[in-house]
Amino acid sequence: MDFVNAVVQGILLGGLYALFAAGLSLIFGVMRLVNIAHGDLIVLAAYLGLTTTVVLGVHPLVALIVVVPVMAGIGYVLQRGVLNHTLGDDILPPLLVTFGLSVIIQNALLEGYSADPQKMDAGVLETASVALGPLSLGLLPLLTFAIAVAVIAALQWTFYRTPLGRAFRATSDNQDIAQLMGLNKRHVFGLAMALALAVTAVAGILLGIRTSFDPSVGGGRLIFGFEAVIIGGLGNLWGTLVGGVILGVAQTVGATINPGWQLLAGHIAFLVILAVRPNGLFPRISG
Amino acid sequence: MPEPILTLTGLNAFHGDFQALYGVDLEVNEGEVLAIIGANGAGKTTLLRSIAGLIGNEASQITYRGRPIGNARPDVVAKMGLAMVPEGRQLFPSLSVEENLMIGGRVNRAGPWNLRRVYDLFPILEERKAQASTSLSGGQQQMVAIGRALMANPDLIMFDEISLGLAPVIIRDIYKALPGIVGGGMSAVIVEQDITKALAVSSRVYCLQEGRVSLKGRSDAVSREDIARAYFGVE
Ligand SMILES: Nc1ncnc2c1ncn2[C@@H]1O[C@H](COP(=O)(O)OP(=O)(O)OP(=O)(O)O)[C@@H](O)[C@H]1O
Ligand SMILES: [Mg+2]
Repeated sequence: MDFVNAVVQGILLGGLYALFAAGLSLIFGVMRLVNIAHGDLIVLAAYLGLTTTVVLGVHPLVALIVVVPVMAGIGYVLQRGVLNHTLGDDILPPLLVTFGLSVIIQNALLEGYSADPQKMDAGVLETASVALGPLSLGLLPLLTFAIAVAVIAALQWTFYRTPLGRAFRATSDNQDIAQLMGLNKRHVFGLAMALALAVTAVAGILLGIRTSFDPSVGGGRLIFGFEAVIIGGLGNLWGTLVGGVILGVAQTVGATINPGWQLLAGHIAFLVILAVRPNGLFPRISG
Repeated sequence: MPEPILTLTGLNAFHGDFQALYGVDLEVNEGEVLAIIGANGAGKTTLLRSIAGLIGNEASQITYRGRPIGNARPDVVAKMGLAMVPEGRQLFPSLSVEENLMIGGRVNRAGPWNLRRVYDLFPILEERKAQASTSLSGGQQQMVAIGRALMANPDLIMFDEISLGLAPVIIRDIYKALPGIVGGGMSAVIVEQDITKALAVSSRVYCLQEGRVSLKGRSDAVSREDIARAYFGVE
């Protein structure tokens, strides 16, 4: 029973990891940018959520109404103002610049909020649970998973059914020719980063309700996001959800065997899949 | 005296440190079909990419309807009414046939061309519209590339070696469609290795040799000998 429970909890946790990963995946897919600061941006979103709940006295989920557009705006400005200038044939500049950004965000959060762990108060949502046969499922994990599925479905729809998604795919395929179609690639990249950070906002708020956080936890979220993306296969959004679920299940099952093995089990699952399927489980079919 | 829609004045274009064009003077008149010929590496693609804004130049070296565009961004140039059918087609592999055409219409210029008319011009594309563009034959891909450029309703359309790598029958079909494309007052620049084809469809011709204009004249007036000399630089 413990085992079944662990698997189910792991699946639900995977939803959160998929949310960490979706923005990374989107950015890499559209502009081949590996954003080292992604985890710190998730933490930034959590802090913005915290401030919003405190200042406006609203529920963390209501704070999404503020944090999502703010993070999207930050994403657009960051891309147009900084990251676009790092993109080119050389992959090193974006890595270095986003690494620097990661350090800056962490230090700014330390200055602004101190190193003390913080948490958002979501009231009954944190403790409420639903009985499913012998299992008791937390409402928050269930909601997180449902939101993850909805977000990924929305991203998928945007990518494959809208003019914006067409612009993303075309720019990803061939930047030169995309520009001949009247697309300003800097603007397209700005919109992609805005969308990615909008998703990051959701991830950050759900993270901040689920666990306590401090300015240093971004790196760990980045790793989980990376692992989910790679397991699922680069550029495949539903694959990213599966990747998150596999990572979540490995962690919770590992923790049932030995509480100290949670993170290790996740990393081992990642390495095993990478060894067996170097392109991930569902790589995007190219060409 | 016809009005030029596009004028190049002393265009020097570079690939990094490498200079590919040297002081090219050229004009395209309103409504004409201009052919550009030249050997491999003469600079034909460089010329078209410069006009399209993919290679940055001094602003004044390229003017379009009197406006300097030598340093304009490619998306801005596209919105002004310049479209290109690039060398090697370069369709978007993650887009279906119809999506490739639709993205061509993104520049949102008014004009006669729309999906319906492109499908009327190339009916096979309508049958294949939901397929991945990469699944088409070379000739069909070229039709998509042409349709994609037309969807922008350009005033000036540039073709870079549309017959490259295609079977003769296909080339004939595509060239048969050309009058229907440029007949409506659209100006065109055609870069072509096949000199006979180039001369047959154009009113004037330029020959490039190692980045310089080595010959210009009326397509029905230049002689084979002139062209051979301009092409290879031999006496
Ligand atoms: N990206 C590049 N970097 C450096 N040099 C380049 C680049 N592209 C072209 N060149 C050089 O510029 C010159 C002109 O090339 P361009 O492609 O314009 O010729 P072309 O006339 O179109 O030839 P082709 O008939 O082979 O298409 C050539 O010497 C070529 O080697
Ligand atoms: Mg060429």
